[in-house]
Amino acid sequence: MIANYGYKDGSGEYYISIDTDKCIDCAADRACLTACPKNMFEIITDDYDDEVAWVKKECTRTLAYSCTECKPAGGYTSLPCTTACTPGAIKHSW
Amino acid sequence: MNAEVAAASVAEAAPEKKEFWRWQENTVWDENKDWRDAKIITCGIDVGSVSSQAVLVCDGELYGYNSMRTGNNSPDSAKNALQGIMDKIGMKLEDINYVVGTGYGRVNVPFAHKAITEIACHARGANYMGGNKVRTILDMGGQDCKAIHCDEKGKVTNFLMNDKCAAGTGRGMEVISDLMQIPIAELGPRSFDVDVEPEAVSSICVVFAKSEALGLLKAGYTKNKVIAAYCQAMAERVVSLLERIGVEEGFFITGGIAKNPGVVKRIERILGIKQVETKIDSQIAGALGAALFGYTLMQKQAKAA
Ligand code: SF4
Ligand code: SF4
Repeated sequence: MIANYGYKDGSGEYYISIDTDKCIDCAADRACLTACPKNMFEIITDDYDDEVAWVKKECTRTLAYSCTECKPAGGYTSLPCTTACTPGAIKHSW
Repeated sequence: MNAEVAAASVAEAAPEKKEFWRWQENTVWDENKDWRDAKIITCGIDVGSVSSQAVLVCDGELYGYNSMRTGNNSPDSAKNALQGIMDKIGMKLEDINYVVGTGYGRVNVPFAHKAITEIACHARGANYMGGNKVRTILDMGGQDCKAIHCDEKGKVTNFLMNDKCAAGTGRGMEVISDLMQIPIAELGPRSFDVDVEPEAVSSICVVFAKSEALGLLKAGYTKNKVIAAYCQAMAERVVSLLERIGVEEGFFITGGIAKNPGVVKRIERILGIKQVETKIDSQIAGALGAALFGYTLMQKQAKAA
């Protein structure tokens, strides 16, 4: 399942997408949990009883602000979360 | 002055405020069936921010439901929603084998055996209501909007939720209904009673949309034209949400706004696609999906035993 967490507002679209099928047998030893300096990820049991990563509810409405330290103005090449998640489950929309 | 006249003049002095936004609460069940004949009875309770539903499923088939406005707290809303139908059909809580809570208040359903997100429940409910051809679901709820993709079994494959603001949701429609002083059920049909389709209101925030609607009235728009502009704005807003995950054939709309043709037909027009039809009340999709999840869990338990 592709789970999109975030929002769209007048300034743009801010979504973190997680391909949860990759989380079921995470080949990165849940590296997303420790990689994110803002501690935004968490492992949950989803509705189909699979253990997957998600973005904590309290973070989904503030992504544009929460991720600014990792995304300095002028673009970015690598992020702690996407780099740590070697299965490539995490994608950012902005 | 006699007491009757006095009462009448008091009533005249303080007329009861008409609540145009108030939608019809209802209880429906299959009178041709008796729930006592069922082997497994499951219940889904969807406590949403605006409305709450309790759905009963007998042996995997929809039996009945109760739909009402959410009250001040989630546990009471859940209890009242279920009690509303149990009282009418002579059922007790002990007669129900499994209860699943869903919606924003799902973790506060006191008698639920399990809580499941509304995303999975809407997909499951839409699969039952529209059949296994349903692939893209747009849930237009009281205070948020979700775009969901599912497979032929109703399992979610992709979802997107926008819960950051109330524009384009049921609550936004209620605000416009009260502002125009037109019963909420009439908004959809009246939105088509215009000579020329107006531009959508430009504001996507419900607070600004309200002041924009007032501005249009002052500028000479008829009420119908303002409603049309608002319905168009809602349609455009939810379509932009859908665009991010794409729309596949087998499009289905759930939630209270699915009952507003003014919004639904405009969404269909923008997308160039017709939604899959159903005879079941679209507002119960989440609770129905929850009850169906309960049925599957009961079947699994029976197999394991
Ligand atoms: S997001 Fe990546 S690192 Fe985190 S659990 Fe999923 S696959 Fe593993
Ligand atoms: S960009 Fe930084 S703050 Fe944002 S999710 Fe990734 S690691 Fe966390």
